[in-house]
Amino acid sequence: MAITKDTIRQIAGLAKIGLTDEEAERFARDLSKIDTFVGQVAKLETEGVAPATHSVQMKSVYRDDVMIPSLPREELLANAPEHDGSGFLTPKVLDEG
Amino acid sequence: MAEANTAAAASEYKAVIGLEVHAELATDSKIYCGCSTTFGGEENSHVCPGCLGMPGTLPLLNRKAVEYCVKAGLALNCKINPFSRQDRKHYFYPDLPKGFQVSQLDLPVCQNGWLEIKSGDGVKRVGINRIHIEEDAGKLIHGAADTKIDCNRGATGLIEIVSEPDMSSPEDVYAYMEALREILLYTGVSNCKMEEGSLRCDINISIHKDGEPYGVRTEMKNLNSLSAAKAATAYEIKRQEKVLREGGVLFQATLRWDDDKGLNYVMRVKEHADEYYYFPEPDIMPIVVTPEEIRLIRDTLPEMPKARRERYRERYGLSEYDAGILTVNKALSDLFDQAAGAGAPAKTCANLIMGDVARLLGEKGLPPEQAPFDGSALAELANLVGEGAISSSAASKVTEMLFEPVYAGKSPKAIVEEMDLGQVSDESALREMCRQVVADNPKIAADYRGGKKQAISALVGQVMKASQGKANPGMVNRLLQELLQP
Amino acid sequence: MNETQKQELASLSLAGVAALLEKREVSSGEVTGLMLERIRESKNNAYICVNDGEDGGALKAAAEADSRRREGKSLGPLDGVPMALKDDFCIRGMKTTCASRTLENFIPPYTATVAEKLESAGAILLGKLNMDEFSAGNATDTSIFGATRNPRKPEHVAGGSSGGSAAAVAEDTAYFAIGTDAGGAVRQPAAFCGVVGMKPTYGRVSRYGFVHYASSFDQAGPLSKTVEDCALALSAIAGFDPRDACSLHDPVPDYHAGLRGAEEFKSFRIGIPKEYMGSQIRDDVRQNLTELAARLQDAGALVEECSLPNAKYASSAHYVISSAEFNSNMARYDGVKFGYRAKGYESYEDMLLRTRGEGFGDEVKRRILFGIYSLSGGRFNDYYLQAQKARTMIIEDYRQAFCRYDLLLTPAAPVTAWPLGTAFPDPAQAYMMDMCAVPANLAGIPAISVPWGADKAGLPMGVQVMAPALCDDLVLHAARGIEELREVRAHG
Repeated sequence: MAITKDTIRQIAGLAKIGLTDEEAERFARDLSKIDTFVGQVAKLETEGVAPATHSVQMKSVYRDDVMIPSLPREELLANAPEHDGSGFLTPKVLDEG
Repeated sequence: MAEANTAAAASEYKAVIGLEVHAELATDSKIYCGCSTTFGGEENSHVCPGCLGMPGTLPLLNRKAVEYCVKAGLALNCKINPFSRQDRKHYFYPDLPKGFQVSQLDLPVCQNGWLEIKSGDGVKRVGINRIHIEEDAGKLIHGAADTKIDCNRGATGLIEIVSEPDMSSPEDVYAYMEALREILLYTGVSNCKMEEGSLRCDINISIHKDGEPYGVRTEMKNLNSLSAAKAATAYEIKRQEKVLREGGVLFQATLRWDDDKGLNYVMRVKEHADEYYYFPEPDIMPIVVTPEEIRLIRDTLPEMPKARRERYRERYGLSEYDAGILTVNKALSDLFDQAAGAGAPAKTCANLIMGDVARLLGEKGLPPEQAPFDGSALAELANLVGEGAISSSAASKVTEMLFEPVYAGKSPKAIVEEMDLGQVSDESALREMCRQVVADNPKIAADYRGGKKQAISALVGQVMKASQGKANPGMVNRLLQELLQP
Repeated sequence: MNETQKQELASLSLAGVAALLEKREVSSGEVTGLMLERIRESKNNAYICVNDGEDGGALKAAAEADSRRREGKSLGPLDGVPMALKDDFCIRGMKTTCASRTLENFIPPYTATVAEKLESAGAILLGKLNMDEFSAGNATDTSIFGATRNPRKPEHVAGGSSGGSAAAVAEDTAYFAIGTDAGGAVRQPAAFCGVVGMKPTYGRVSRYGFVHYASSFDQAGPLSKTVEDCALALSAIAGFDPRDACSLHDPVPDYHAGLRGAEEFKSFRIGIPKEYMGSQIRDDVRQNLTELAARLQDAGALVEECSLPNAKYASSAHYVISSAEFNSNMARYDGVKFGYRAKGYESYEDMLLRTRGEGFGDEVKRRILFGIYSLSGGRFNDYYLQAQKARTMIIEDYRQAFCRYDLLLTPAAPVTAWPLGTAFPDPAQAYMMDMCAVPANLAGIPAISVPWGADKAGLPMGVQVMAPALCDDLVLHAARGIEELREVRAHG
């Protein structure tokens, strides 16, 4: 089934990727083709097959509850597009909790 | 008239309430990295590349977080899943550094438990649907033009405890939160400091008329005190009733409670289910909990407060009130158990803890876990009081001394001796003292003899003063009565 | 040194230069200087950045290696050997761009385990290598720094996404390189450029500190001129890392010391899955493998056609799972903590849309969008879950095949390097170019691409050897054997 431009717009909304109209159209075309290609896997008979999240080991891996020093703040903030010396700054958001 | 109508109408509706409680785990380090979980601290001072979500970093699950979740599950009568998994829940918000929260979707650590709460005169079982582990988000600080992000709290381990919709009143909500808080504190799973946000709840409420299908559900976010949870529930039930009574329509919405104003407002109306495009977290291996591990964790579970209260009443004959006070805090309850368990008079132990010990902890600003003496010292002190070797005022003094660093490690007996606080119970010595006081206070003595029986307390006080507080007040009272007999 | 001597020195293998360093016939300073000079002269665009910063960079490290050698305190065979890393390996204080506008100025405050291990083995970091943007691509032509040229034929692609790594080794500007492979990204460019490229068993090499593409597939692996070099490099980077929960505890053998060659073929049973010898494989590539099969039989191996019944689902299953994981790994780029932030935004939401819209190239966006598409709107069961079940079936196919065969042999890629600027009309067609490589990522097994043959135009071909998980040594033995057969063929 072809993926429409509206679907692309909706997905891009979730992905937070701003698209021009031309891009939305192009990606709709591309993703439709990819979807046809990927569609094979939906046809596979998988009755009774367990899904695999990993290929190799499947046992718990833990670390002990031990504190280790954090990164000095100036190093933490060094890559930030905008900061005030103590925290990262973004355009104002409404608190959604 | 109008009021009476309202009250009558209100009773037509039944409320259906379920809670989602988030409790920050009492681990030393965060859930996927070694950064400190200490509350406060300079902004962004407990953050590393991992909890900032820098590319290439990897999460390492804190063993203790899983243990605490299992512990909470066992204390809440849950089934522990032998195999569970972490999933990534995606959404964009500045307090979520990786663009996803690591949580658990369809395979939580614990499922299908229950918690008993007080409801009216009886008790009621509230089902626990699930308990899962996840990471907390950072904190947003809203300025005039921009929002600042402090990631200190980010990636601190949380458990989310989801109840069944088994509650029906604000009182149920309060009782549930209270009981849950108690269990989390007793198990040591969370420090439950609501004022620091380490225990918060979301409340789901719908109302319907008896025999009719359930109503439209609203969700109130982030209630951070027991009383706020109760008030917010009462407000929302009333609000929904009012809308329906007036013929209005309720929308599925997310609400925010404003505790200062005592009202809620709509944050957003949910038109369709949220898309979080969950999928299994590939960087964390599945969580496998063996029966042996469950047994080991079960062995570390302390006796729960409810069971303790029953035992205190039955074995030690304490009042319900005293038993309730003693079990508010596990450390104080443990102290009582050690002292009373060693054979010291239980009521005296309870009085010491609820009185001087609690007062002094408060004055020194110490949490009960840091009381500078143990149950055996308390038992010794209670025994001294019980044997009449020291007066209760001397016991207060000894308790005070136990809190002083210079007396650290000294036994109550040693303190009594050193400070010469031993009670004078030598009858001839006391009789001599009483005789002297009666002779020195002829007017009071005459009042007593004249029928003013309460005058005797003034004389007892004089004797106590003369003995520097060491006289046995019971004996003094008896001796004075004998002396003053006409 | 005259130009001929320089060329000879540059074209030595890692083992070859290590032997000269060991004998102190050449210094690390000399070979490092030579490499830096060649990097500056190269027109293939293999490197994104060169380690010649104010702190002294590669030359300073080389001088230190030389003084260790003088004092008899050599750190081993890699001590003083110049090499380079794909630009998705984080190194503290050094830009790590992933060839993307998003990370163009990102300087990580931490170092990847692989880089740490190489540093402690004394290897000299020459610089960071070009790649497809965030590894999304298979021709190193989605890089914001421009495409890497194939040193064998500069009008052709180098393959990808670790194309810079393959090109650097092929053009003799590094004695070896480390790339990352989530779906053939080491093996396919190695095949296209005529060098050796290996994807070890999943979890054999730590994933800590390289920028993840698809977390359940990602493995770092060496690209080198010879199989012996590959074994040397793998020995240096393999091993358990407590910082990676997927890291394996199994002891690491000395891949180099234990390396055997063609004599092993006498005991090898080799399967050639017919699903990778069908019409999707170009005729000359297929014939090339058939020719190798005959030589293997001559060398004493049992070679048979075999079948992996679910092979045809591998590419789509891999695409679904890797897009889901890739999208998720890309969600951290929101212009808040690090990375690119757009200008001229009006709100937080607008900032996000612009930042991600401007910061990512088309191929990255395509894979992000498909990743979300497959996980949302109720499609999870039909896509993601179904792909994971297919993964289970493919793992089982391989397990069964390995009951009968020690090794499986396929072409490394269905074609040879295509001309630069080729536009696949259907993106799915481009993904099929990885069809031979992705099953090893799905199954987590070790796989190596070793040069064997060339097409009419002289573009190299690679053959792929796969073995059961943790039998990394086995694929090295076989690859070394194939190399020996190649030498025999060349001289006889």
